[in-house]
Amino acid sequence: MSLEKITQVTGRAVPVPGDDIDTDRIIPARFMKCVTFDGLGEFAFSDAKAAEKAAGRLHPLDDERFNGASILISGSNFGCGSSREHAPQALYRYGFRAIIAESFAEIFFGNSTTLGIPCVKMSKQDIADLSALVEKTPGVLVTVDLTENKVTVDDVDFKAVIVIPEQARKPLLEGRWDSIADLVDGLDDVKTRVAAIPYLAVK
Amino acid sequence: MGKTLLDKVWEEHTVRTLPDGRTQLLIGTHLIHEVTSPQAFGMVRDLGLKVLYPHRTFATVDHIVPTDQSQEPFSDPLADAMVKELRKNCAETGVTFFDLPTGKQGIVHIVGPEQGITQPGTTIACGDSHTSTHGAFGAIAFGIGTSQVRDVLATQTMAIAKPKVRRINVDGKLAPGVYAKDVILHIIRKLGVNGGIGFAYEFGGSTFDAFTQEERMTVCNMSIEGGARVGYVNPDETTFEYLRGRPYSPTGGEWDAAVARWKSVASDKDAVYDDVVNFKAGEILPTVTWGITPGQAVFIDEAIPDPKDLPEKDRDTAAEAIEHMKLPSGTPVEGIKVDVTFLGSCTNGRLSDLQEVAKHIKGRKVAAGVKAIVVPGSQGVASVAEKMGLAEIFREAGFEWRGAGCSMCLGMNPDKLVGDQLCASSSNRNFKGRQGSPTGRTMLMSPLMVAAAALTGKISDARKVFGIG
Ligand code: SF4
Repeated sequence: MSLEKITQVTGRAVPVPGDDIDTDRIIPARFMKCVTFDGLGEFAFSDAKAAEKAAGRLHPLDDERFNGASILISGSNFGCGSSREHAPQALYRYGFRAIIAESFAEIFFGNSTTLGIPCVKMSKQDIADLSALVEKTPGVLVTVDLTENKVTVDDVDFKAVIVIPEQARKPLLEGRWDSIADLVDGLDDVKTRVAAIPYLAVK
Repeated sequence: MGKTLLDKVWEEHTVRTLPDGRTQLLIGTHLIHEVTSPQAFGMVRDLGLKVLYPHRTFATVDHIVPTDQSQEPFSDPLADAMVKELRKNCAETGVTFFDLPTGKQGIVHIVGPEQGITQPGTTIACGDSHTSTHGAFGAIAFGIGTSQVRDVLATQTMAIAKPKVRRINVDGKLAPGVYAKDVILHIIRKLGVNGGIGFAYEFGGSTFDAFTQEERMTVCNMSIEGGARVGYVNPDETTFEYLRGRPYSPTGGEWDAAVARWKSVASDKDAVYDDVVNFKAGEILPTVTWGITPGQAVFIDEAIPDPKDLPEKDRDTAAEAIEHMKLPSGTPVEGIKVDVTFLGSCTNGRLSDLQEVAKHIKGRKVAAGVKAIVVPGSQGVASVAEKMGLAEIFREAGFEWRGAGCSMCLGMNPDKLVGDQLCASSSNRNFKGRQGSPTGRTMLMSPLMVAAAALTGKISDARKVFGIG
């Protein structure tokens, strides 16, 4: 299985500020009554959008200035809570191809990497600066560069360091972010291991 | 240098190191449910692969099951389709399905232990973040996404990096009216909802030694709420006694061999940990959450904090929580009016939870205007509770006694909050919208505190309501 080598993601960005944005927030549970992931994109942040509207405010994903964004910027512990892959699937189908945050919940991070969505960490200050920049000039092109671990912005003097564990960065760069092919390659070893473990060895 | 249980189990289940440096880890036991598995079966088919070891995967339905209707088809056609899809997938692949008519259906994290499938020294994965529950038996248990469900179905392995281990000691005796739920809410409050990222939590100390298996499950269940994907307790006699005689437990001569193996996987006395944190049981009081993350919690005698008194990093989320909860800073939590009470979920929907509450509420009544529901975690729990007369005690007190499922823990079935109703809940998540209404409000607490709220119509100190201690 040959996959795209993800070296960098360039696109418009949208800041969705806040810490601890959980997967129920990203995709409310009622939209998971489905047997495929198709069509989840339109429900991303559905209730958060409605709540903002009810409060007389505009959720960033409803803000036309950020239309077509493919890079999402958020706070710490992004994607906490449920293990639902529906969350990164919804974001991917919405059009997001990279996420920048102060930190990520572990299961969400793994699920996203498997879909080829790089989740990169950036300092709180850099996130604030980048968000301010994007707010000021919506539509500027932001680049998440995995080869050099940095984020840059077109025509602007902005450069920030990003952190992504080597165990996610390498597979993204090499086009092996979906692990199934590698796992299937190891099937002979799997059978050997199974035979050696008492509770698994078939009696 | 001694090893931790995690080290030992990891070593035994390592198939190989993958090119990216992660471990290809053998998953001995795979649990699935209707929400996160259908796409995975589809992917396995699309890739031309097959389910490698169908006898190592066990299925049940829990999230979408209505708890007030046992006849199919369900009135929600989407829910109905999901059950049928799982039934079809299991039949086609040979996976064991604890289906609704079997009498064994229930929340996946209650069914696994109840059947004796969850065993010490094993690796367990399930497309559900509360899979950490199974760590109570000294298993290494992970919540996984749907692509990984696919990986486990097709290869019985997954790609994963080995976590660090933080030992969390709780020592001493809990005061009367303080429960395992309070212990884990307290730990999360102190270590933060993201404090456990990158760690497995090993829970121990004299408080855990004295805990029943079900109490250990309550704590391990919520490890993920503290950011730790894995939580576990070393197996001991309590664990072995719980497992003895269960349907999937070893029997005869195999039992002794298994117990010997289970004893050997416990962490060595001189095991080396990446971090150690100590708590004293005596410092913990009945705890309730007031916000929108499980870490936003206080003792029952405290008030809702002012964001500006909190550490800087917690202020924005606190302000957001106060707006959502419509409870101003300074409000004492004791006395907050409740509309709904929910007793159930994979955290606190087991027999001992129901027994503890039934013992105290006998002869008393739910307050007027409060909707109080009790949802046993499995059909097994329900049938024993009915035989013991617990269901009758609940009904007489004015609780609705329901069928097994996830129910009001999440909004995927007909049990939902309406508008901005406030719910005293024994579940594990108080996220915005979690209980089915985007503006609904959730306060998490122990089962007995839920009962106290049901009887008084407000958040109350169960110790006072029931004259404990
Ligand atoms: S009871 Fe709640 S937390 Fe547990 S599996 Fe069901 S929905 Fe998830």
